[in-house]
Formats: sequence, C-alpha cells, structure tokens
Amino acid sequence: MSEMTIEQMSDQYFDVLKEIGNIGAGNATTALSTMLGTKVDMKVPKVRLMEFKEVGTTLGGEEQLVAGIYLVVDGDIHGSIMFVQKKESARAMVQKLMGMPSDSDDFTEMELSALKEIGNVITGAYLNSLSTLTNLTIYPSVPDVCIDMAGAILSVPAIEFGAISDKMLLIQTDFTDDDDLSGYFILVPDEESDAKILHALGF
Amino acid sequence: MNVCKPPELITTIGLGSCVGIAIRDKHSKIGGLVHVMLPNSKEVKSSGNLAKFADTGIPELVKRLEKMGALRSRMVAKIAGGATMFAFQSKSELTGVGDRNVAATKQALKALNIPILAEDCGANYGRTVTFNPETGDYEVKAVGKPPKVI
Repeated sequence: MSEMTIEQMSDQYFDVLKEIGNIGAGNATTALSTMLGTKVDMKVPKVRLMEFKEVGTTLGGEEQLVAGIYLVVDGDIHGSIMFVQKKESARAMVQKLMGMPSDSDDFTEMELSALKEIGNVITGAYLNSLSTLTNLTIYPSVPDVCIDMAGAILSVPAIEFGAISDKMLLIQTDFTDDDDLSGYFILVPDEESDAKILHALGF
Repeated sequence: MNVCKPPELITTIGLGSCVGIAIRDKHSKIGGLVHVMLPNSKEVKSSGNLAKFADTGIPELVKRLEKMGALRSRMVAKIAGGATMFAFQSKSELTGVGDRNVAATKQALKALNIPILAEDCGANYGRTVTFNPETGDYEVKAVGKPPKVI
C-alpha cells in the first residue's frame, strides 16, 4: 500500500476525500457564516486529480491574480495544504469580514491578516474533519498568505507534488451568498501520509 | 521547454520558485526556454520528465538547440525566477526551493560552459517572462511592477 501513488488511488479513496472535503466545507461554512455574520451556502465539493497546468486554467489562467493561503501540517501525517481563491473572491470575503468596502485594489496589512484568518478557519475546518475521521493527530502551522499570479502561487504545492507526481489533488469548494466566494483546497500529503490516511480509514 | 527561431518569441507565465532559463546562440539567433521546478532529478523518485529539473532540463534544452543548428560555444543564458512565495517555505529546509533552483541552474550552466549574461532571481513575487531570440531580450513582468528587460 505504501507503494501506491496518487495516480493509482482508488475511486473509493476519492470518495473518502470528497466526503472529508464535504464535512470540512460544512464546518468551514458554519465558521465563515459566524465570522461574517451572514448566511453562507455551499455546494457539494468537487474533488479532482489534475495536471499542474490544468489547475491554473481552472482558476482562470496562470496570470489570474489569486490569493493563496498556505500552511504546513505536522503530527501523525506530514504535508501541506493550500487554500486558493481568485483575488476578487478573497477581496469580497475580507470586505464582508471587515464590514467596510475598500477602494484600493491592494490589500492592507489588516486585510491580509483577516485573509490569513479566513484561510486558517477554512483549512482548520478541513483538517479537523480529516483528523476526526482518521483519529490521526494533525498540527497545522501558522498560515502565510501571498497574492500573485496563479502560476506562481500554484507552483508551491506543485513542487511538493512534483517530487512525487505531475498531478495534484484539488478540492473545489463553492461558498456563496451574493458574491462568488469559491475557493480551492490543494492537499499535499507526503507518500507515507497517504498510506497512513488510507490505513486509518480501513483500506 | 521550447525552442524557436526569430521572429518567434517564447514565453512562460507565472514563474514562482521555478526558474526560467533562456539560452540563445548569438550568431544563428536560435533560442530556447526551459522552465525548471526542482533542482535535482536524483533527489526524487519520479524523474521521468526531464524538463522539470535543473540538472536534466538545461542539458536537454542545449541538446535540442544543437539539433536545430546552434553551437554550444556561442550560447549565452539569461535566467529569472527562483522566488520564495511564502515566508515560512525557507524555514523548513536550510534554503528554500527557489534559491536551490537558482543555485542548481547556475551549476548546470557552468558545467556546460554557458555564460550567464543577466539574471532576475529571488525575492517574493511571481514573474512572467518572454524571450526574444533575435535580440536576446528577456522581458520580466511581475504583478504591480513595471516590466523590465534584462
């Protein structure tokens, strides 16, 4: 089982990750709704394994400006997790949180900090559901945020994946109220952790 | 990885910690660009894609240029990229992958005796690069910064 690469993952494992994504997104939606003080809906997350290049296209091209929130995971499993959103979606979320519109195109220190917190809540919700389902201890690091071209941001998890494969696992989560707040999780467990997650889930 | 002759240009979009290496034969104006993600193909299991690594991608590009008629003795290089996009990335290892990509790139070019004429590497932002093999101009664009030609 430890020899299994991400390409060979069974449909069942995908279903499990989707379900974890679903629960995680559910928790995240509740947390977001509380934070933002508005009703937030979500759609069933889509889980896809795709080529590094396709991910950029999915986000609207490699030059599309995106906000990436990245953190590393330690404990029983090791890896990293990224939450990435189009810049406009990130801006919409931050403005809802801060409760004031901003006329500037750039994010202030305060807004970046708010964005980090949103990312923290969302990735935390996901990791929580993973930890609960698998009984594995997972410690997330403090997140860092970066706003730049999709290609440049996505190269970070892609490089982690690059050491193993040319593909990455993408979980699309659509949060909606009036604005499009959709975002994507990118999970990068190392090979050993993949096996541990599978094992913990009874595969 | 791609090679071309004037008037064609080659571009690669959104280099983060990756490095874009442009090599050109000054005389025949044959040029090429390779986008490497990782420094060393020997450190990873699946090293099938030669263009992904500095130590294999650069020799491969040189080989392809030679096939088109370029001479190695006339080749010069310009490099860009190798950023550290997230602050803590560099803490997990001694140096971040961006810096290691740049170091491996320089080493690979040195081993092939190809001089580096210009570079725009490091810092914390992504770059889109366009290479013109006719003039050797290497245009570097970054978000919120004026484009520059190195």
